[in-house]
Amino acid sequence: MTRSLFARNPSVLIFLSCLALFTLGVTALSEAMGTGMVSTSFVKTLGKTLCLCLIALAMDLVWGYTGILSLGHFAFFGLGGYMIGMWLMYERTRDIIVSSMANNEIPPTQQEVIDAIGNQIFGVVGSSDFPLIWAFSHSLTLQLILVVAVPGLLALIFGWLAFRSRVTGVYLSILTQAMTLALALYLFQNDSGLRGNNGLSGLQNVPGLDDVPQATVSLWFLWASALALGLGYLFAAWVVSGKFGSVLRGIRDDEARVRFLGYSVEGYKLFIFTVTAIIAGIAGALYYPQAGIINPAEIAPIASIYLAVWVAIGGRGRLYGAVIGAAFVSLVSTWFTGGQVPSVPLGFYTVDWVDWWQVVLGLSFVLVTLFAPKGIGGLFDYFTGRTPPDRHGQDLGPGAGSLQEQEADT
Amino acid sequence: MSTLLEVSGVSVSFDGFRAINNLSFQIGAAEMRAIIGPNGAGKTTFMDIVTGKTRPDEGRVIWGEKSVSLLKLSEAQIARAGVGRKFQRPTVFEDQSVFDNLLLALKKDRNPLAVLFYKRGPTDTEKVVALAEQIGLNEQLYRKSGELSHGQKQWLEIGMLLAQEPQLLLVDEPAAGMTPEEREHTTSILVEAAKTRAVVVVEHDMEFVRRLNCKVTVLHEGSVLAEGSLDHVTSNQEVIDVYLGR
Repeated sequence: MTRSLFARNPSVLIFLSCLALFTLGVTALSEAMGTGMVSTSFVKTLGKTLCLCLIALAMDLVWGYTGILSLGHFAFFGLGGYMIGMWLMYERTRDIIVSSMANNEIPPTQQEVIDAIGNQIFGVVGSSDFPLIWAFSHSLTLQLILVVAVPGLLALIFGWLAFRSRVTGVYLSILTQAMTLALALYLFQNDSGLRGNNGLSGLQNVPGLDDVPQATVSLWFLWASALALGLGYLFAAWVVSGKFGSVLRGIRDDEARVRFLGYSVEGYKLFIFTVTAIIAGIAGALYYPQAGIINPAEIAPIASIYLAVWVAIGGRGRLYGAVIGAAFVSLVSTWFTGGQVPSVPLGFYTVDWVDWWQVVLGLSFVLVTLFAPKGIGGLFDYFTGRTPPDRHGQDLGPGAGSLQEQEADT
Repeated sequence: MSTLLEVSGVSVSFDGFRAINNLSFQIGAAEMRAIIGPNGAGKTTFMDIVTGKTRPDEGRVIWGEKSVSLLKLSEAQIARAGVGRKFQRPTVFEDQSVFDNLLLALKKDRNPLAVLFYKRGPTDTEKVVALAEQIGLNEQLYRKSGELSHGQKQWLEIGMLLAQEPQLLLVDEPAAGMTPEEREHTTSILVEAAKTRAVVVVEHDMEFVRRLNCKVTVLHEGSVLAEGSLDHVTSNQEVIDVYLGR
């Protein structure tokens, strides 16, 4: 009875085909392919959306499956972005400095080049020296390792402290909010070494690809994001479909019971918290080169709350639900806040959607929570006929089987 | 008979209230024992101490041939050492099938990585099916356990305990809310289990205890009041005063 992952989860294959079709479709219609029906900026938006879907997947693993309502995963997303941003900015600045110094009568020394890069990058915060955390910024390989290592280590330390003390429920949520807020406030400082509130910018210019038009680069990032999302989905499906997933759902539903079965609940929580932080870091590292800029406001507490809203609206506890929620809400959000939706004049007041969108989002979150706890993903149950019986009434008690009052009557 | 679990001189108090007061208790390797006592006698607290949920203020809890102290171990470590516990109200994972519930409990490596790379072989499947037969749920294997009746959930939880292959089973009111036929079945499962391991049953219902036909320990105000056969303890004047006479 060992069937393959796909046979056990047909939705995985369906999802991967949809993702492939979507990527092919956008590619065919993109400016880089000549038709230009999808503008380069929209290709970037779609690529970014795929990254948001990936972090939503991570959130679903940690919240929907394990029941840990982490409101701090955007801290890991941002850290991933900062790590790749450091290399992008360093290398790009070096290219510019080297080409401008090439005309000097005396060729610049190595130290002069580095000083000039430092001056260029940190001039905006009144400094010119490289802080220690930039030590590896010259190397793409090392920074890519940091993309995984920094969020992973932070999650490992934070999780170890929190789970070991058996902090659960709303207290854990508050702790994670405090973590992301503390990190954002720290990064806002000019002497944090990451350019304070200016953040890192110009990230859309990939060093060495000056001759490649942005239309093509944006397409490459779209492919990379789609690949990461596909692999992330496969990984998540593999994790939750086996016995490990069974333990995770057990922890969500009854932590004490899992403990008395002999599983170290803390170890499992720490594992999933760290793994999802790493996924979030990778998503961030793909997101920010497409966004072009990262600053501490990106990891403000509200960002992580939005993440929970996406997953809730999409339907937590099912992987495609999280992806649908993130894609749907963030795209609609882009549409509303982009000022493309016509305002509604009411005579005495004009409803401007840029301002009112937040209200709509908040309201829909409340409505979904109250009336459709399964979210958008729950709609699929109607197609597959997996609707649970509408069970009202009390248990009939022992002996009468699992029927409940009203079912037994009819 | 060798001693499997030895609790000696254990006391614990909550906010000044002495829930357990200098309690001493022993059980052998393959023995059935019933613990009775009025409400607040410390029956559940006793189980909490053995399973590591509550730390006693003083006393010793010694386990197994190697005489390990259970007081230093976490709940999960104690469970892995061979102590299984069934709660008063049935706690099974309602969102998962009977099969998955039993598979989760099956004695295996509990390390996260080992579980992540776990592949179910035919022997494990056979074990689960055999267990389901033992507890009478083989027809329900692929139903979600949330759909089971109250009694079936109780059996499933006992089945999960057996799957852990513990040396000591702590069972809290297994027959609560069951019909007479269901009680009969529960009794036979427990009696069968006690042939190969120690079983401690906490129960209110005298009729059920009588059917278990085993040594009885009476708890009162956190310590042992009497111990012996059911007929012996029920004829004890002190026991009659605090418990049966009311």
